[in-house]
Amino acid sequence: MLLQKPTTRRKFLLGSLLALPLSDLVFKGLTAAQAAEMAAPELADYKPIFFSSDEWQFILAATDRLIPAGGNGKAPGALETNVPIFIDQQLHSPEFGDEIYMQGPFDVHAPATMGYQIPFTPQQMYHTGIKLVNQWTQSSYQKAFHELTLEEKDAVLTKVNKNDGIDFAALGEPNLKASQFFSQLLADTKHGYLADPMYGGNKGMKAWIAIGFPGARASFTEWVKQHNVPYPLGPVSIMGERA
Amino acid sequence: MAQITKKEVDVVVCGLGWAGSLMSIELALAGLEVRALERGGERDYPEFAYPKPADEYAYNVRNKVFATPKEVAVTVRYNMDQTALPTRKWGAFAPGTGVGGAGMHWTAVLIRPTPTDIKLKTYVDQAYKPGILQEDMRVMDFPFTWDEIEPYYTKFEKICGQSGNTGNLRGQILEGGDPFEGPRSEPYPLPALEDTLNNVMFKEAATKLGYHPFPNPSACVSRAWKNPYGNTIAPCNYCGYCSKYPCLNYSKASPQTAVMDALKRMPNFSYEVHAEVVKVVLHDDQKTAKGVIYYDVDGNEVFQPAKIVVLSSFQLYNVRLMLLSGIGKPYNPITEEGVVGRNYAFLSNGGATLFFKDKNFNSFATAGATGQMFNDISPGNFDGPGLGFLGGAKIHSSQATGTPMAAALPKGTPSWGMGYKEGLEQWYNHSMKISITTTCQSYRDIYLDLDPHYTDHRGLPLLRMTFNWKENELKLQQHLKGIVGNIAKELNPDSMSMSFLPMGADFDLTKYVSTHNVGGAVMGDNPKTSALNKYLQSWDVHNVFVPGGNAFPQNFQANPTDTIGAITLMAAQAIKEHYLKNPGPLVQA
Repeated sequence: MLLQKPTTRRKFLLGSLLALPLSDLVFKGLTAAQAAEMAAPELADYKPIFFSSDEWQFILAATDRLIPAGGNGKAPGALETNVPIFIDQQLHSPEFGDEIYMQGPFDVHAPATMGYQIPFTPQQMYHTGIKLVNQWTQSSYQKAFHELTLEEKDAVLTKVNKNDGIDFAALGEPNLKASQFFSQLLADTKHGYLADPMYGGNKGMKAWIAIGFPGARASFTEWVKQHNVPYPLGPVSIMGERA
Repeated sequence: MAQITKKEVDVVVCGLGWAGSLMSIELALAGLEVRALERGGERDYPEFAYPKPADEYAYNVRNKVFATPKEVAVTVRYNMDQTALPTRKWGAFAPGTGVGGAGMHWTAVLIRPTPTDIKLKTYVDQAYKPGILQEDMRVMDFPFTWDEIEPYYTKFEKICGQSGNTGNLRGQILEGGDPFEGPRSEPYPLPALEDTLNNVMFKEAATKLGYHPFPNPSACVSRAWKNPYGNTIAPCNYCGYCSKYPCLNYSKASPQTAVMDALKRMPNFSYEVHAEVVKVVLHDDQKTAKGVIYYDVDGNEVFQPAKIVVLSSFQLYNVRLMLLSGIGKPYNPITEEGVVGRNYAFLSNGGATLFFKDKNFNSFATAGATGQMFNDISPGNFDGPGLGFLGGAKIHSSQATGTPMAAALPKGTPSWGMGYKEGLEQWYNHSMKISITTTCQSYRDIYLDLDPHYTDHRGLPLLRMTFNWKENELKLQQHLKGIVGNIAKELNPDSMSMSFLPMGADFDLTKYVSTHNVGGAVMGDNPKTSALNKYLQSWDVHNVFVPGGNAFPQNFQANPTDTIGAITLMAAQAIKEHYLKNPGPLVQA
């Protein structure tokens, strides 16, 4: 299974230190970033608040393909950085999507250049999109999306992305294109990967460390004059963790 | 909810961004009782103290300090025959909200147009043979001379602490500045910001090709600055969070930093937030306003009587409020009668992104306005007439932000999967941009009116925008593509992608361009073709003044804020010197 890992020193530490506030963890000889990473929930233990358990399996499996673990370089994957937790918490928040003008009538056939013209909030898009993709994989593979092989998952996501081979209208939803659901999911996945860790993703600021972004340091009066010299300091977060 | 009538004030100011705060302080300094109404919320220092704004997700992705489309969507269509659709999410533009308005989260490029830009119709008549330009183009002159407006640019630039290099001091061309700028009566208040690596590279390449680059004129101040209102603005620390962010260092001139601190201390000024003005109430003869109706935070309907009404919300909403209130005749694009809604214009952008394996740009170490630009390709400075189009662009390399979600990736990089992840790690911090910001002309059938189908949360019609690209603007884009391409080649990147509008392109509402929407209630000499006179006074209702980008008869390549500040200060001066003594039209039609 995707998330089953052997018990590690890290997990042991987590178990024994989790009850302590962040500042006390630092006193135990850990860096602020290590402490913050430990204080962040373990994805395997996380109970989603927006998604149902079936939907959660889909989100874990899909984000794992959108930003996979491994590869060349040191950048972690979406699961290692708690991206699904970010998405779950954002969708649960009452502000998410509340800025959208939702008064009808809706012209879902408007040209793409006219922007968002669908009668769906992002939350509704997730519920519908996940249901329809699983419905499609059930009829094509006799499996839910998360049960497919890696190659099959990538092939399905490619179809969803390109509206090619998966027709939401044929599955009973004429007002949403598969690609619209994909765009929302991909954007939220990248946001969870690269946002400040206080939103639940980018665990341990590892995505920032990999690309060399210093986070919320936000003061470069001297450094602006240093041209073509890699910036030497690791990131800080809004809550004050350092790495 | 209750109906409340407030005590009459001398001036009610509707909208507390740059135009509203400048008008408020100038009229309050003249001793008038001024009351400002702001639709959005309070925006005070503790809310944007470090490190809170250093949050790309909240400010750049979720638009934390912007108005929401739910509150103030507009509808858009490409031509008069279509049904317009609402901007359900922001895309091409994103209006601000709250105290400070868009002036709190702007990029702070503070630059003047050229003397040719403000007399564009005169230039066209002299430089273009009849028949070269599109028949439906409706360019106009601004109704003032360079010498008339120049002192107000100077004043606003001192209020902001403009940082940059002077190019033309009273007719003397100075090395390091813009040789095409209009004569300035005084040099820039402060020296230019520091150059980042991309600036240096762009400057060298552009100079080699014969252009005249100069540092972006900026209201992110390069040194500590005490302005004429007594407010102090701190030196910019190049934090990297600027455009779309409130300034965490109190360094970007904004209504808060440059005006409000002094204004709030004045006993004859008061303001109310979450006060949504829905109508200007006119006297029976329709010649004067008696006040405004707004909804307060508790939902009460409030009448605020006032001797002078200033509409100083964002361009689009100033036009809408005039239409909702019956101030001036609505424009009819068939007969070309009416003035409110005509001469709407937006602008376009585009450019090249250059990727260098071996160059580290530290793109997070930057001010929003950091950059170099040149003005060689603006009207009058190159052979526009020979090329068959009117207009131009500032061409610039800026490093507006280096936050990771905004990172550019080379063409061919997958948008997801391993290829995306590896591309992001490999290329983040290794790219620079060469960009254009273009002019946009106004046209007979490009305009604003009230939408017949979609309404706001109070059931009032949304503003409808009829806009699409015209051949003139697309020809300009094609010309600029060649220039930017040559500069890019000179820099010899490892890879490069270009983004310019092809001929026939439609306005794409999904890609952010800027929020430099202009026109719709324009200033002019003739009440048949303009809604406002040179003092931003309604030709029809003489105690209504409408400062903002709405007053521009077309869009120039320079960013609009300097001009919005200057025309607002000129209008305030005219109110103080002339209108108070003798209320009535300041210009005879």
